[in-house]
Amino acid sequence: MNISTEISDRNIKRRLLKDKIFTYGMISFAFLSSIPLFLILYELILKGYKQININFLFEVAPDTMDAMIAVSNHEIIPGGIANGIVGTLIIVGLASIIAIPLGIICGTYLSENAEDKFADIVRFIVDMLQGVPSIVLGVIGYIWIVKPITSGFSALAGSVALSIMMLPSIVRSTEETLKMIPGTLKEAAISLGVPYHRVMLKVVIPTGISGILTGVMLGISRIAGETAPLMLTALGSTAIQTNITQPTSAIPLLVWEFYNDPNLVSMIWSASLLLLILILCLNLGAKAIAKKWKVQY
Amino acid sequence: MESTILAEMPITKTNKKLNVIQNSIEHIDSPVLKIDDLSVSYGGDKYSIRNVSAGIARNKITAIMGPSGCGKSTLLRAVNRMHELYPNTHNKGAVYLGDENIYKLNPIQLRRKIGMVFQRPNPFPTMSIYDNVIAGFNLNGIKLKRSEKDEIVERSLREVGLWDEVKDSLHNRGTFLSGGQQQRLCIARALAYTPEIILLDEPTSALDPIATAKIEDLLVKLKKDFTIVLVTHNMSQAARISDYSMFMYLGELVEYGKTKQMFTMPKDKRTEEYLTGKIG
Repeated sequence: MNISTEISDRNIKRRLLKDKIFTYGMISFAFLSSIPLFLILYELILKGYKQININFLFEVAPDTMDAMIAVSNHEIIPGGIANGIVGTLIIVGLASIIAIPLGIICGTYLSENAEDKFADIVRFIVDMLQGVPSIVLGVIGYIWIVKPITSGFSALAGSVALSIMMLPSIVRSTEETLKMIPGTLKEAAISLGVPYHRVMLKVVIPTGISGILTGVMLGISRIAGETAPLMLTALGSTAIQTNITQPTSAIPLLVWEFYNDPNLVSMIWSASLLLLILILCLNLGAKAIAKKWKVQY
Repeated sequence: MESTILAEMPITKTNKKLNVIQNSIEHIDSPVLKIDDLSVSYGGDKYSIRNVSAGIARNKITAIMGPSGCGKSTLLRAVNRMHELYPNTHNKGAVYLGDENIYKLNPIQLRRKIGMVFQRPNPFPTMSIYDNVIAGFNLNGIKLKRSEKDEIVERSLREVGLWDEVKDSLHNRGTFLSGGQQQRLCIARALAYTPEIILLDEPTSALDPIATAKIEDLLVKLKKDFTIVLVTHNMSQAARISDYSMFMYLGELVEYGKTKQMFTMPKDKRTEEYLTGKIG
């Protein structure tokens, strides 16, 4: 073995070592960034599991006196977060009803008329909307709905605020998904004499449905945990409220209320845990839909 | 490259006058489709095809040949107005289907009379084979009885020779078929409507030779019921299956005639150059 091969051998060894260090570096950083979720889950489960039972899902939040007595007797606090669960379902459901059709149609317009000046403006506005602080949307909900329409805090006002919040994610995911669909598919439908609106509604959107629904699910999971806009719109309620013109509770609002009541503090963990599980399920659902409904073209 | 095209231009003009004298454009008696002095532009004064006049013979295969960018696809798409999907298109001249100028018709009605098959097989990915065949009805909201649907599906799939291959998997997605099968499915989809004319835009350029041969056989078989217009950049394909051929060059219809005649004794010098591989 001569000198030069020895040098190149050493060189190669050093390079391989560097590669290894870099690879393991990446793995450890990836690991690091996934730690917070597990820490949060660990913390919430540890502190919250005691409170979670059947009653927790089907009873309304306890009043502070009952909670105080239970705490002083070292019992678990009676009651649950049923008012919050029902409220969240109503508010998020209503927000989805408003935002999903609007967002999908807007996204469709953007992908179909990508070059238009107006589309550029809309796209810009939607991006800006993404950055509007959620509390500002709460103020908007207050000014638009609470004062003039429901003359008082209401689930409807909360839904409007949240629907604005979820709109950008639906619009952009629809646009991005539809852009990927080959134009030949549209041509095929048009060449069969299908009117444009049917081409879009029956061919193009169904082909992109998995991507669109993924965006919708992520939008829902984003607003389900939102608190600030609801403080100014839905406000909260101690009872289960199904009238959308009345103040209504929501899970994140309850967490905030529990935080403000020293006797209810131990409810924070279980309510947070439930909210987190709900949102994780939505995310997993989004992934499952993306996989299952994926259309191969 | 640029300069050769420019140098060609004046020659083209003089030749055009000569063409008329030489009669390099075949006259077709009682054509199913009559293209009358058609020019199409995708915007501005630049025309992709210029002053094309030709009749399309009924129940024959007409091939449109020419080098890339010569306007053959544009001519084909102008016949069922698919070129209008691009913004800013405008055209001069007319195309008559029977007695009607197609530019006066509603494009939706027109496209139901003139079916189209594209370069890449494009079955609807969300639909089964069955639904793909009757997509023209379903998507247009035309209600059919179950038995009518079954009949149309079987007839169309038999016509394209796909029935025996797929009759047990009619309700599977069409995208699971092979490329050649997908393309035949697309032809079946266009046939289901029983259009008068079927336009094919390089239908075999994405297929392997065996699948190509099957499609070619199919087209020859289909011409007894339909008029077929085919764009191809494959000269031998045109020679194999077409009855009439058009040669287009730089947006102009240079020569149009019986395929045999054109391949053996082209009338225009440019056609000869193209056929011998000197241009294109």
